[in-house]
Amino acid sequence: MAADAATSEADVLVRLRDASLRFGTRVLWEHLELDVRAGEFLAVLGPNGAGKSSLLEVILGVMNLSSGGVEVDGAPARRGNHRVGYVPQQKAFARDLPIRGRDLVRFGVDGHRPGLPLHSNGVHRAVDRALAAVGATSYADAPIGTLSGGEQQRLRIAQALVGAPKLLLCDEPLLSLDIGHQDAVSRLIDEQRHERGCGVVFVTHDINPILDYVDRVLYLVDGRWAIGTPDDVMHGEQLSRLYGTHVEVLRVGGRLVVVGSHDTGIDHPHEHHHADHPDQAHDAPTRVRFRPRGRA
Amino acid sequence: MLGAALYLDQPFAQHAVVAGVLVAVSCGLIGPFVVTRQMAFAVHGTSELAFTGAAAGLVLADNPVAGALGGALVVAAVIGALSVRERERDSAIGVILAFGLGMGVLLLGYYHGNATAATNILFGNIFGVSNDQIVGLVAVGIIVTIAMLVLYRPLLFASVDPQVALARGLRVRLLGIVFLVVLAFTVTEAAQIVGTLLVLSLAITPAAAAQRWSPNPLVVTALSVAFALVACVGGILAGLASSTVKPSVFVTSFSFGIYLIARAVGPIVERARARIPA
Repeated sequence: MAADAATSEADVLVRLRDASLRFGTRVLWEHLELDVRAGEFLAVLGPNGAGKSSLLEVILGVMNLSSGGVEVDGAPARRGNHRVGYVPQQKAFARDLPIRGRDLVRFGVDGHRPGLPLHSNGVHRAVDRALAAVGATSYADAPIGTLSGGEQQRLRIAQALVGAPKLLLCDEPLLSLDIGHQDAVSRLIDEQRHERGCGVVFVTHDINPILDYVDRVLYLVDGRWAIGTPDDVMHGEQLSRLYGTHVEVLRVGGRLVVVGSHDTGIDHPHEHHHADHPDQAHDAPTRVRFRPRGRA
Repeated sequence: MLGAALYLDQPFAQHAVVAGVLVAVSCGLIGPFVVTRQMAFAVHGTSELAFTGAAAGLVLADNPVAGALGGALVVAAVIGALSVRERERDSAIGVILAFGLGMGVLLLGYYHGNATAATNILFGNIFGVSNDQIVGLVAVGIIVTIAMLVLYRPLLFASVDPQVALARGLRVRLLGIVFLVVLAFTVTEAAQIVGTLLVLSLAITPAAAAQRWSPNPLVVTALSVAFALVACVGGILAGLASSTVKPSVFVTSFSFGIYLIARAVGPIVERARARIPA
């Protein structure tokens, strides 16, 4: 599914040219060149604070570039583009919030229009189709705050897909899900991109749950970036260059483990139980974790 | 209710019931949003400062209603401007609230007119409102109702799911400010009936009760309006029938009673729903 060099210009859904993003004096990334094509699955990786979510916000038109240009489907990025579906970072809903999964999905159809959300057959059918596509029909009428994280995430994906977008932007959609749900949600997103031929930009701190689906990886670290197939980017030499220190990538049981020295901010899953020490990363981790910078 | 029936041919009672209906509809409509957006304290702050505004209106122009509206609008503007970040909102309101109440007490010290005027601001006196003021209340009620019907869907989207709403092109911040203005109008309106101290009984209690019955936002809004109507109009009628007890006491009591019943019955409804296979 990797983007074919021969594909036409019309297939380019996202195009960033010489794009830079700075907050004050801090450079998140600069001179970024990126094309995302129809049907392509791009993973965006990097430590916390690398500007992964901000990249999505730039594509959504919610945040402006410091310099350079960003186009979505051939036109400058703007808010309210119905060709773009967005799954934001998970935020739990209050248990007593008077909203059903069905209502959340419907926002994706007509949430921006004034008036009351009265019954409409066409809208109802579209919402039902989206709910069925993600397997959320059975809990569509329950208060959304009472659902599990995985169920809520399926509803968010249904909301993003209900408008039949050409581009799907997902911000850490696997966060706070257990491994079973991580696999199910990843597979769902992959199925939907094949079925609909839409491009996917998937921000994550852990590539392993989506390793089988990813065409290309964009890796952001401290203003530097690298892009290419997982094999191109996820190896020691490339990541050592990005992090500016020695980093190794190991393959353990089909999973990638990034092992770095302390100051890379690369960490392993048991970060809360062990002191940070590079050697410990060799023992156990089957996943890659990045510790928030400046954590107390 | 025989006592109430005796007065219902009187213009003052008819006006009170009409205003009560409009206040109940406005409050019932905004209530679910106040609860969803967790703005109970903002409502309280707005109404307390409507008191300060009303006191200023009394002293300067002998017109507490215009003063209350002015005060509520100023507060809405200040809350909107100060609370760029949501977490700062409550402390910002607390700060303004404390200072504003102090100013209200100071202003009342300068007022030497009718002594009950001050209590009326705090606890409401729907039967004492003049014809002109009733007309004003009706106008405000209609404006608030139309505004809420138009804003309903985008405001719900922006309240529940602000990040996606922003990406979908909604002006989330502007919607929040418009809602604060609608809130200021509603609070001023409701304060005429239950008083600035008791506004929460119409702006929050019916919505909180309605939430116990259904997860469907439209059903919750309809129930919230219905509960507010029962409490408000019922309270006014009971007030007409009673010679000693103010209607605001009845309104708050009815409202609270509805809430207690909803809390008791809500879980039963929920269990019955859970038994129906989806």
